[in-house]
Amino acid sequence: MSDVTIPPSDSLAVLEKQRSTAETFGIPLAVLLEITHRCPLQCPYCSNPVELDRSGKELTTEEWKKVLSELAEIGVLQVHFSGGEPTARKDLVELVKHASDVGLYTNLITSAVLLTRERLSELADAGLCHVQISFQGVEEGLADRVAGYRNGHRKKLEVAKWTRELDLPLTVNAVMHRQNLHQLPDIIQMSVDLDADRLEVANVQYYGWALKNRAALMPTVAQLDECTEIVEEARERLKGRLTIDYVVPDYYALRPKKCMGGWGRQFFNISPAGKVLPCHAAESITGLEFESVRSNHSIAWIWQNSEAFNRYRGTGWMKEPCKTCEFREIDFGGCRCQAFALTGDAANTDPACALSPLHETIFKQAEREAEGETSRFLYRNFAGGTLESENGT
Amino acid sequence: MAGPRNISVSEASRPVLPRHAKLKYDETRQVWVILAPERVLAPDEIAVEVLQLCDGKRSVGDVSDQLAAKYAAPREAILADVIVMLQDLADKGFLTEIREKTS
Repeated sequence: MSDVTIPPSDSLAVLEKQRSTAETFGIPLAVLLEITHRCPLQCPYCSNPVELDRSGKELTTEEWKKVLSELAEIGVLQVHFSGGEPTARKDLVELVKHASDVGLYTNLITSAVLLTRERLSELADAGLCHVQISFQGVEEGLADRVAGYRNGHRKKLEVAKWTRELDLPLTVNAVMHRQNLHQLPDIIQMSVDLDADRLEVANVQYYGWALKNRAALMPTVAQLDECTEIVEEARERLKGRLTIDYVVPDYYALRPKKCMGGWGRQFFNISPAGKVLPCHAAESITGLEFESVRSNHSIAWIWQNSEAFNRYRGTGWMKEPCKTCEFREIDFGGCRCQAFALTGDAANTDPACALSPLHETIFKQAEREAEGETSRFLYRNFAGGTLESENGT
Repeated sequence: MAGPRNISVSEASRPVLPRHAKLKYDETRQVWVILAPERVLAPDEIAVEVLQLCDGKRSVGDVSDQLAAKYAAPREAILADVIVMLQDLADKGFLTEIREKTS
């Protein structure tokens, strides 16, 4: 049996042979639906764009239902209800019910802090298949500080318990960085104690909000090496009990990540306002126009034909050193958003690659930041961010 | 209450897919898939046939009997293959079993 899977930030794969050429692409197996950017948490590494969609721009219930029907029709098998905080939408139960009715496997990616037991139970009855809860740490001092939300950690533990009581599978999502990596062994134990099925150990990826907070979040090389060892040991020890997915940060790697499985090959997401995006950070690349589900085009047409998806698809757009690189169809030159954020041109080699002329500079800078004194966060919000006060409140 | 995890598949086990692992025929791609949290598994034909028989009532032995009769193949060989396949699925967390109440 082949296990078709991609790490969580890239999430989803198409059913295809491992060595298929860059130009072949089918409809993704799973799609990320960011149904709102509203969120009570203010995590400084939020994966949402710095320019958030306001609630007035969000798709309506009927529009989301139409999207769900269309996704099922073209062959998408799973949807992830995400955000922002998806439970901030009053119609979530209705949307999950509709997704189940049209045959989609439904995942809820949530901070959990807005959920009541009653609402979670309604979601389960509506056909919800899986719950993923984010944790910012293992004890409330640090966890609530990272989230910028009081009593959040306690609430998350409670909702995780309800999830298992309702016989829903639970994934613990732990975003890791310099200020919480020391808690990793306890986070693994917490996941076991919560009877979770899966744990995602996801090191922060540095674009958008996280890039603004890089100096406060970047781990040291020693921390990362230890993190990898801890994950490997736990995977072996907990085999058959807890699945651990591990996303490494790419700054200290020699080879870039195959971001999104390659631009426009395996993944798309839909933003609160209905834009169909090659990745959740794609709007950070200025100069790209993204089609909306509110346009006259079908989602399948947008995926196959729109300019934004075709711009960096395959290998034809590449410059040197990617263009003639033997790994060009292995990693597709890394992450386009990161290339844009750090070099100003999304068609450049992602500086995470050792072959990028900027790799050394960026590595050294990250190393300096990791050893630095900065620990204050810039919290994510609609106002463009708020700096944490000196005493950590 | 969720079914037990970390199971060890034997001839007497009565396995079943848990609620969160759904066996489904994908019309678009014309293949069978198992949908699971953040995963899509592509079971081969034999695995599909085995899983369709795993209803929590039949034992692994019953399933092997049925397949041995259908394919006129040696039961012991089939039993061994079925156990390996199911154990692999169990190790990934996508199989549970029905146990007799002990009380």
